[in-house]
Amino acid sequence: MSAPRRALLILAFLALALLPLLAGKFYVDLFAKIMIMAVFAMSLDLLVGVTGLVSLGHAAFFGLASYMVVLAAPDQYAPVSLWTSLPLAVAASALLALIIGALALRTRGVYFIMVTLAFSQMVYFVFHDTKIAGGSDGAYIYVKPQATIGSWSPFDLGNSTHFYYAMLALLVLTLGLLRLLLASRFGHALRGIRSNEQRMRALGFNTYAYKLAAFTLAGAIAGVAGYFAAVQFGVVNPEMASWHQSANVLLMVILGGVGNLFGAIVGAFALVLAQDFFSSLTKHWLLPMGAFIILVVMVLPRGLIDTLQTLRGWAGRRG
Amino acid sequence: MDLPIFLIQILNSVQYGLLLFLVASGLTLIFGIMGVINLAHGSFYMLGAYAAFTLSSLTGNLFTAIALGVILAVAFGYALEWVFFSFLYKRDHLQQVLLTYGLILVFEELRSLAVGDDVHGVPVPASLSASIPLGSTMTYPLYNLFISAACLVVAALLFVLLRCTKLGMMIRAGAANREMVQSLGIDINFLFRVVFALGVALAAFAGMIAAPASSVYPGMGNQVLIICFVVVVIGGIGSVIGALVAALLIGFIDTFGKVFLADYSGILVYLLMAIVLVWRPEGLFRENAA
Repeated sequence: MSAPRRALLILAFLALALLPLLAGKFYVDLFAKIMIMAVFAMSLDLLVGVTGLVSLGHAAFFGLASYMVVLAAPDQYAPVSLWTSLPLAVAASALLALIIGALALRTRGVYFIMVTLAFSQMVYFVFHDTKIAGGSDGAYIYVKPQATIGSWSPFDLGNSTHFYYAMLALLVLTLGLLRLLLASRFGHALRGIRSNEQRMRALGFNTYAYKLAAFTLAGAIAGVAGYFAAVQFGVVNPEMASWHQSANVLLMVILGGVGNLFGAIVGAFALVLAQDFFSSLTKHWLLPMGAFIILVVMVLPRGLIDTLQTLRGWAGRRG
Repeated sequence: MDLPIFLIQILNSVQYGLLLFLVASGLTLIFGIMGVINLAHGSFYMLGAYAAFTLSSLTGNLFTAIALGVILAVAFGYALEWVFFSFLYKRDHLQQVLLTYGLILVFEELRSLAVGDDVHGVPVPASLSASIPLGSTMTYPLYNLFISAACLVVAALLFVLLRCTKLGMMIRAGAANREMVQSLGIDINFLFRVVFALGVALAAFAGMIAAPASSVYPGMGNQVLIICFVVVVIGGIGSVIGALVAALLIGFIDTFGKVFLADYSGILVYLLMAIVLVWRPEGLFRENAA
């Protein structure tokens, strides 16, 4: 990583770390939400950008883990422990990703897009049509999960500032782990599959197993994001597993730029802020949003980060 | 389950399956020939249904509305391919997904601005409003039979078009090998435009003819779209026969699933897809396009 880039990264981190001291509760909550979406987007980037698997069903794992917050509690008013319900939710998402991935990875290209979309829609219908956790209305989470260990309580998820810093830590942790993963042999194998799967197979790699491992891991991380999204919103509903959610997170990944994880974070910030901006303008905000999506993909097919670098390259040559 | 109820379920299955086929056949042709994954295809079904609602209240006659609507749909499809989709062919699937997703949002909001977000009904034409008695207590609406019949006619016409005309020959050749067709001197841009307009017209027709039997509501296109993806995956991309078989299969499974399993019936269609993926990941009819 180049020196100016590292400086920029440290600056961005400091800005995020100082935000709760300077901004009101509204922005603290908004940025906590963005950081959750950034974790979600990074997990998808592992598939789309790194491995070259375009999944349009990533919300299934996000949605399932959100529901686990409700399903792990014996009743709506009983607090659950973060330390048992989070692993449970993540395990459920990972298991679902393992099953869906085992089937969907038998196909490739456009089939893979359609199949992942269809299976995630199945998850949506399970929550929508049956009476699990309130059916189509969803369910409220009246009591946030407790982070207590023994009698010691390190932080309180019900407190906006505590929650914000927990999400900042989660973001940094996820980014660090995924960067380590990408630098490992496993990460290189995934990149190899993206550029030439045939060749990787000829080299003796079991590409199906690698792709399935990536798909399962991505599902698990999406589960972490889904879990905390449910905790923050205090409500779960089938829309969290809907294909609009899947399309949204895919947009974040491509908006920032695929393959290096930072793009996914930038994309999450850009998309959530754009949504926030458009929805403050008009009731029919999806119209400018749709036009925005079309424009961005038409004009900036390689994402914001890449475009900014190209622009800087031009400016550098001129100056 | 006694005989009349069984018969009604069979008729419902066929009707649903044929409607799905009309939407999915366009989707599979557009993918097979242009290589474009079009998420906005369900929107054409939705726009068709709203066109039936608007035009039939303007003209007072559903059949006039459908005739007008089909002409509009062809023109709309032809123009849309020109101004929008022709830019997508060189993009990768990821970008096609996002661009056509953006288009869905635009269509839904334009529809919301033009006719609002209310659920509407379209009156069944008086000539078809009768019901046919089945057994001693059950009846079946004549209009639903008309839907199946009309879909069958359109499906037959589609097969005649694809199998017996020069245009159909070009379309089939385009699905099998696009570059070869191009190098034989066939105007591929025109062919793309015609196929796209055909696909839009089929989906819009399905939406229009189904409108009186179901209601017209926002988001109706998306539900159809995803089921149509399942149809295309099961049938094999680019295969119209495959789409027909898969659509009817799904029609039966969904209809009878609702009878026997109620709440869990929505899952059956996807289970079917899972089974097909294990058995034949390339779909049932991948080899012979059209």
